[in-house]
Amino acid sequence: MIPVAFDYVAPESVEDALAALAEAGDEGKVLAGGQSLLPVLRMRLNAPERVIDLSRIANLRGVCEDGDHIVVGAMTTHHEVAHDPLIRDHAAVLAEAASTVADPQIRHRGTLGGALAHADPAGDLGAPVLALDAELVVTGMGGERRVPATEFFTDLFETAVGDGELLTAIRIPKHTGWGGAYEKFVRVSHQWSIVGVAAVVKGSGGTVEQAKIGLTNMGSTPLRASAAEAALAGASGEAIAAAAAKAADGTTPPSDLNGASDYRAHLARVLTRRAVDRALGA
Amino acid sequence: MTRISVKVDGVRYSDDVEPRTLLVHYLRETLGKVGTVVGCDTSNCGACTVHVDGRSVKSCNMLAVQADGREVTTIEGIATDGGLHPMQQAFHECHALQCGYCTPGMIMQAIDLVGENPDASEEEIREGMEGNLCRCTGYQNIVRAVQQAAGVMAGQAASSSQAGE
Repeated sequence: MIPVAFDYVAPESVEDALAALAEAGDEGKVLAGGQSLLPVLRMRLNAPERVIDLSRIANLRGVCEDGDHIVVGAMTTHHEVAHDPLIRDHAAVLAEAASTVADPQIRHRGTLGGALAHADPAGDLGAPVLALDAELVVTGMGGERRVPATEFFTDLFETAVGDGELLTAIRIPKHTGWGGAYEKFVRVSHQWSIVGVAAVVKGSGGTVEQAKIGLTNMGSTPLRASAAEAALAGASGEAIAAAAAKAADGTTPPSDLNGASDYRAHLARVLTRRAVDRALGA
Repeated sequence: MTRISVKVDGVRYSDDVEPRTLLVHYLRETLGKVGTVVGCDTSNCGACTVHVDGRSVKSCNMLAVQADGREVTTIEGIATDGGLHPMQQAFHECHALQCGYCTPGMIMQAIDLVGENPDASEEEIREGMEGNLCRCTGYQNIVRAVQQAAGVMAGQAASSSQAGE
């Protein structure tokens, strides 16, 4: 399968990329790591006239500290996210989730920013970014704006990134000393999550002080399990299991060939309990 | 057409390619390196795995223009002085193939895996090979071959570091 012909540009700065995007208008498509876009182009589900490759923009790649945040460049690969010492120390759940995306070859090419901008509800990285209360840095001709993760994912494959804008970085508040765990259920090892749960937990001695739970593939966007989070505050032992049983409250998960809606709700409850237990070190 | 300059298996090539050309098609049809095969054409099976700048990628899921200025290694570039790479030798000795179609990608991914984790456990090998499918289902022998080659490669690394002292 061969894509429809397109023009290709590989700008070396964000400014040049924005200019290329403006020039291409509706006919332009941004290429990050390409691990979701290239299959789409090959199957001719999309046929942009111009592809704008961000891989030559050096300052979109890498991780740095900024006070009480870490900042991850949008073009940082899943493999780099999974192994980065700053992310492992301050946002462990993101490193773990990245290490479970697809397979090693895909993780060498695919990028955090690309995956978030693609906004596949079965993608593994939205839930941890949401649970970590990250901000998404969106850059346009007029400068940059910071979008809270809660406002970034707007619908199925839809985000707050507007026409002529690029997702350039992900700012994550340091969760130093918090436990993190990502639990996902798949039937084929390198396929998409049927359901995934990202748990970020502060606590000790088997008691949760505060928990933040992100859900993968429980709706058209990543979701927070707010009812479970509220019930987890101060919980220990059996109370954790009871709180995890609220993980699907307020969600309307999809039914598809991989699982019915009520099955997904069951998975969310089980995986939340496992993720919280593991994040707590229980 | 876009001009690209790529080093493939140690040789520098400059070619005009259509931007939509997949890396695997460039390797096979422009350079004649048909050792890298197209399996599923949907980035699932891993048969087309090559190394770009030393890391494994699925060459059906990358454009040739994205390889501009990079270094690509294919299954055709890993033997040295007419001798098989230890991973090739181990696949041969362990009978880690039946039809052989998945083998080029299996070997390239296995080399990446052992390079990153020389002491990989059986479970880590199985996880590290999750992006490569063998439809003859010969995984038992593939895992054995990776284990055997990892031992040989560790021995070679030890002896070459001693020789360098």
